[in-house]
Amino acid sequence: MHMADALLSPVVGGSMWAATAATTVYCSAKVRHSLDDRKVPLMGVLAAFVFAAQMINFSIPATGSSGHLGGGLILAILLGPYAAFLAIASVLGVQALFFADGGLLALGCNIFNLGVFPCFIAYPLIYKKIVGNNPTKNRLLTGSLIAAVVGLQLGAFGVVMETTMSGISELPFISFVLIMQPIHLAIGVVEGVVTAGVISFIWQARPEILERAAAEQPLGGVPIGRVLAGLTLATIFTGGILSWYASGLPDGLEWSMFKVSGQEELTAPTGIYHTLEAVQKKTSFLPDYGFKGLSQEQGVDGATDLARLGTSAAGLLGGLLVLVAGVVIGLLLKKRCLASHGQARLHG
Amino acid sequence: MSAKIDRAFYDIGHLDQLAETDTPLHRLDPRAKLLTTIVFIFCVVSYDKYEIAGLLPFFLFPAVLIGLGNLPLGFLLRKLLLVSPFVIFIGIFNPWLDRAVFWQLGPVNITGGWLSFFSLLLRFTLTVGAALLLVASSGFPTLCMAMEKLGTPRIFTVQLLLLHRYLFILTGEAIRMIRAHSLRSFSGKGRITFRVFLQMLGNLLLRTIDRAQRVHLAMLSRAFSGEIRVLRKFRFGYSEVFFVAGFCVFFLTLRFTGVTALLGRLVLEISR
Repeated sequence: MHMADALLSPVVGGSMWAATAATTVYCSAKVRHSLDDRKVPLMGVLAAFVFAAQMINFSIPATGSSGHLGGGLILAILLGPYAAFLAIASVLGVQALFFADGGLLALGCNIFNLGVFPCFIAYPLIYKKIVGNNPTKNRLLTGSLIAAVVGLQLGAFGVVMETTMSGISELPFISFVLIMQPIHLAIGVVEGVVTAGVISFIWQARPEILERAAAEQPLGGVPIGRVLAGLTLATIFTGGILSWYASGLPDGLEWSMFKVSGQEELTAPTGIYHTLEAVQKKTSFLPDYGFKGLSQEQGVDGATDLARLGTSAAGLLGGLLVLVAGVVIGLLLKKRCLASHGQARLHG
Repeated sequence: MSAKIDRAFYDIGHLDQLAETDTPLHRLDPRAKLLTTIVFIFCVVSYDKYEIAGLLPFFLFPAVLIGLGNLPLGFLLRKLLLVSPFVIFIGIFNPWLDRAVFWQLGPVNITGGWLSFFSLLLRFTLTVGAALLLVASSGFPTLCMAMEKLGTPRIFTVQLLLLHRYLFILTGEAIRMIRAHSLRSFSGKGRITFRVFLQMLGNLLLRTIDRAQRVHLAMLSRAFSGEIRVLRKFRFGYSEVFFVAGFCVFFLTLRFTGVTALLGRLVLEISR
């Protein structure tokens, strides 16, 4: 499942973007220095394969639903972690832009959730350790299954963490975890079985492809510690800067930081109201504008209620006016555009 | 099912087609559009989660882009609808979980949850719409080059360009495989069993790898040395500066001052 811009706060989105950008730069340098320019077209074409593969669905017996390949793990197996990370990032980039999956700010989160976990944790620490250099059918199945499940569980947990820290959704942390993890357990099992099936197909048909892929990445060749340390540093650094900046602006930014620090409260049963109340006390940039700065008590007296309604109405009206102006400008521009097109056609 | 696939396939191509047209918006340097879109998205998501009034004026940006670029609103809205389920699924819990009453309009209580849900939908429309408009007004290859100009590692932009180029070829291949399968499997009603699925996927993967090899050889015979050279000039002229500065000032003004509230109050005063 993809993260969406709408669920993200700028601090969380920005931090994840920084982490992802750092990984992309690191992986690009790694791939460039590997001096294997054969990989360049292979990465691009395999990424396109992941898209094409997602068009082919198989029916899961007795459920009425269908499954397909996710692709993260298979890319890691065929390309190695660095090149695979770039390939996954490009797939998600295209999905964000063409299929409007998630959006641009959430792209950082999505690449992190679906790229870093399979490439730098599930593949080197689980798949490679189990499958080793002499794959057998059982090892392939076990390795792919566990690696895919772990990778997707971590990814799903990433979505939960990012959503909770951003605080746009009201879903409590625990319930969200309880929804997301089992769904992704099922997705992970399908992914693992499909990956194992395709890899053993390739292994039977053209074993040299897998041998070459494995030979290019000697066991233990991935400095995971370094990658993870770098990622953590990048995230903390950006998060720090953004939240330092945010603390000077008493608005949504600060509010989301409050959620980050007040996470335990969120998991408590009375947490939501408690948090909300505290949130309410953090007034907005313009205290007399919008819904903020209100008391959380239900029995507000009529006078403040009216005053509040007045302020909000003014805000809404103003917003609507600008909106209408925008639509009118858009229509006028479009009309002019069409007119000039028509003229061009006449003259041409 | 296959109609859906064909539709998705058509949609990717259609966005690229839109990018081919020649309008004032399409002529702008893609870097200008990319930067403005990023500022736009950050401004939109930085609002408090109950914000509705403040978000409405931001629709001016997509409206102007659609007008300037002569882009089809219906097509873009349909694409938005297609991807909305996840956001709606996450957001729909808000009205249940957050029942604190914000407004009382007579007998109707408007709770914080409904406000934040509505705000979420506005955010979704704005941010995802902005991303779609970016592609529809610039085209994917051009955007990749703009990203490279702005510092993205070349190997990554090349990866994106190759992906985009082969996306259509391989997807076409997959669609042909599905069609061939459904033409030969009347008893299965076109459903693909797991065994067959693996064979199809495996074959597609083998063909893909062979294709990559041929592509590589073709590149080598055209003097490929691991670097891809791009012959294209971008110009960041007055209109670009005007576009970026104008919109950024507009967004930041909306974000950090109560211009819209003032406007609304002014109109209320006058009408009184």
